[in-house]
Amino acid sequence: MLSIKNLHASIDGKEILRGINLEIKAGEVHAIMGPNGSGKSTLSAVLAGREEYEVTEGEVIFNGKNLLELAPEDRAREGVFLAFQYPVEIPGVSNINFLKTALNEIRAYKGLPPMEAKDFLALVKEKQKLVELDGKLANRSVNEGFSGGEKKRNEIFQMAMLSPKLAILDETDSGLDIDALRIVAGGVNTLKSKENATIVITHYQRLLDYIIPDMVHILYKGQIVKSGPKELALELEEKGYDFIKEEIGA
Amino acid sequence: MRAVILSLSKYLCSSIEGSFNMETITKINTTEKLINAFESSKNSLFGDLELREQAIESFSKQGIPNRKHEEYKYVNVELLLKRDFAISTATTVTAEQMANVQMLKDAFVVVIENGNFSKNLSSIASLPKGINIQNIAEATGNAAFQKHYAKYADVNNDAFIAMNTAFTSGGVFIHIEKNTVIEKPIHILHVSSAAENAIINPRNLMVVEENAQAKIVESFATVASAGKVFNNALTEIFIGANANLQHYKIQDENEAGMLLNTTQAYQEKQSVFSTNNFTLSGLFVRNNLNIVLDDEFIETHLNGLYLTRGNQVVDNHTLVDHRKPNCNSNELYKGIIEDKSAATFNGKIFVRKDAQKTNAFQSNKNILLSDDGTINTKPQLEIYADDVKCSHGTSTGKLDEDKIFYLRARGLSETSAKKLLMHAFASEVVENIKIEELRDYVEEKITGRFA
Repeated sequence: MLSIKNLHASIDGKEILRGINLEIKAGEVHAIMGPNGSGKSTLSAVLAGREEYEVTEGEVIFNGKNLLELAPEDRAREGVFLAFQYPVEIPGVSNINFLKTALNEIRAYKGLPPMEAKDFLALVKEKQKLVELDGKLANRSVNEGFSGGEKKRNEIFQMAMLSPKLAILDETDSGLDIDALRIVAGGVNTLKSKENATIVITHYQRLLDYIIPDMVHILYKGQIVKSGPKELALELEEKGYDFIKEEIGA
Repeated sequence: MRAVILSLSKYLCSSIEGSFNMETITKINTTEKLINAFESSKNSLFGDLELREQAIESFSKQGIPNRKHEEYKYVNVELLLKRDFAISTATTVTAEQMANVQMLKDAFVVVIENGNFSKNLSSIASLPKGINIQNIAEATGNAAFQKHYAKYADVNNDAFIAMNTAFTSGGVFIHIEKNTVIEKPIHILHVSSAAENAIINPRNLMVVEENAQAKIVESFATVASAGKVFNNALTEIFIGANANLQHYKIQDENEAGMLLNTTQAYQEKQSVFSTNNFTLSGLFVRNNLNIVLDDEFIETHLNGLYLTRGNQVVDNHTLVDHRKPNCNSNELYKGIIEDKSAATFNGKIFVRKDAQKTNAFQSNKNILLSDDGTINTKPQLEIYADDVKCSHGTSTGKLDEDKIFYLRARGLSETSAKKLLMHAFASEVVENIKIEELRDYVEEKITGRFA
């Protein structure tokens, strides 16, 4: 589904990603862990299409398409979803109105007619339940005045509404209490299928108790320095990131 | 700013080179021409001739302001009026054109056609008890007219107040009697169309007596017109004790329309006045909104939205004059500036020495969508009392890139993301419209604008 080869990216002339290689197949969950400043968020930003990052080398193929050539909206329409680490507040734009526009633009891209209002509302109701999002929040302005936990749940709610092929969760666990973490993880797990894949970016192992990864990758100084099964996350938690530094002789 | 002024000027006259000398000559020409016109028409105009003569005298002293005038420094009105303009009262609006500018189905509609009250086009046949709507030119015998007419708009304060007072040939007088509540909105539709370049001077007087309530909408439209219309419209508003007036102005002139719109309001004890100004198009729109709070426990809300593009110039000057203690005023003006257009917001708040415990808030926010657009924003607070809460804030920026990206990352195109954000920006002002039909109309206009 996703194939990243030798990806280099920089911002303001400073190189952050220095040759990332990653293969993800449909149905898989991959965790990317790494210390602060290792390039985790840059990777998600580059995949989603943030324009301030400059890709200097390498390629990203998503379901046969060159992802890096697509505008951010076309990546979303192709099925890439980024759950933001810091969801943006947009006063004056209602959550529902925004999602309806998003959903219908994605449908138009696929040559489908706009969704019937009745079907849309039924979908909203169903997906709200999944992340235990209050109906009132769905009708409010996008993320405005939401608590940290509500914002993260709103991200997963949007993901459920748009049913992407590839979901990238960028530190979705940061700042979440254990109850919110369970709800968010429960939502992600329910949405998992053989057809879609998930990238979980996190600093801590705890989230991976709830979302079980098929593979764990350790990102350090812009490169994946070690990959392994889910046990790698536990090892990392136990020994700390220093063991990586020692292991790779950094 | 200079670049914008020049481009606007170019549109209106072939050259402004040697501007100083030319401006001086123009000033003599335009002002003198109007004074001569007054001499020949003064005996055919309604009302108190002495008042008109005072007005023309004051007008001749002030002259049509140019950019050396502090209050008019951002746009040279004199240049706008440089062409062959004449005071006009011709009536040439067709029924078909009228149909295009209606906006409320459920309202008492008053039509001001080229500055004059049109009985035929208005629909005010069956008015409820306690309300009087009539041609201002025929209201001179009315006691409320005599008590309030020209009592608030001072001819010595502004050349356009003087011009209007000297030349007006009509407009509407609305009188809401004591304790009368009028649920249905009153819509004053100013519609203009001229065969030749014309200055028109409609004059309205609204008197909302003690404990009365009303909703009044004023809209301005120039329909297909061979000549340019400069509409010097003036509305005086009196709001009595405990009265409540919702006032709306929808300015949707055509691309060549020029509007100088003065609103002079006077509030008595415990009254509530909310005025909402929407400028949607027009080559030149200047709003002078002056409100006097002359007793205690008064509440005043001023909301404004201006959407400018092309070579448009929109200039909002507001003055809130707190004269007595314990009053609240709240002002929010927002603008979206596109292309080479230019907008000005000049918001003055006076808190006089006696006006203790005043709460006065003002905010002006702008989005500048192009590198060639201009916004001048100038909050002015003059506070002479020592126990008050006053604040003002202003911001000008581009659309937030983080918000655009967030929306695009969910599948919205860049265009629809921007559209949604502009709509959201405007909605803070639009949601103050309490007449549903009018709110829908403005919403639709804004949606169409950013489509």
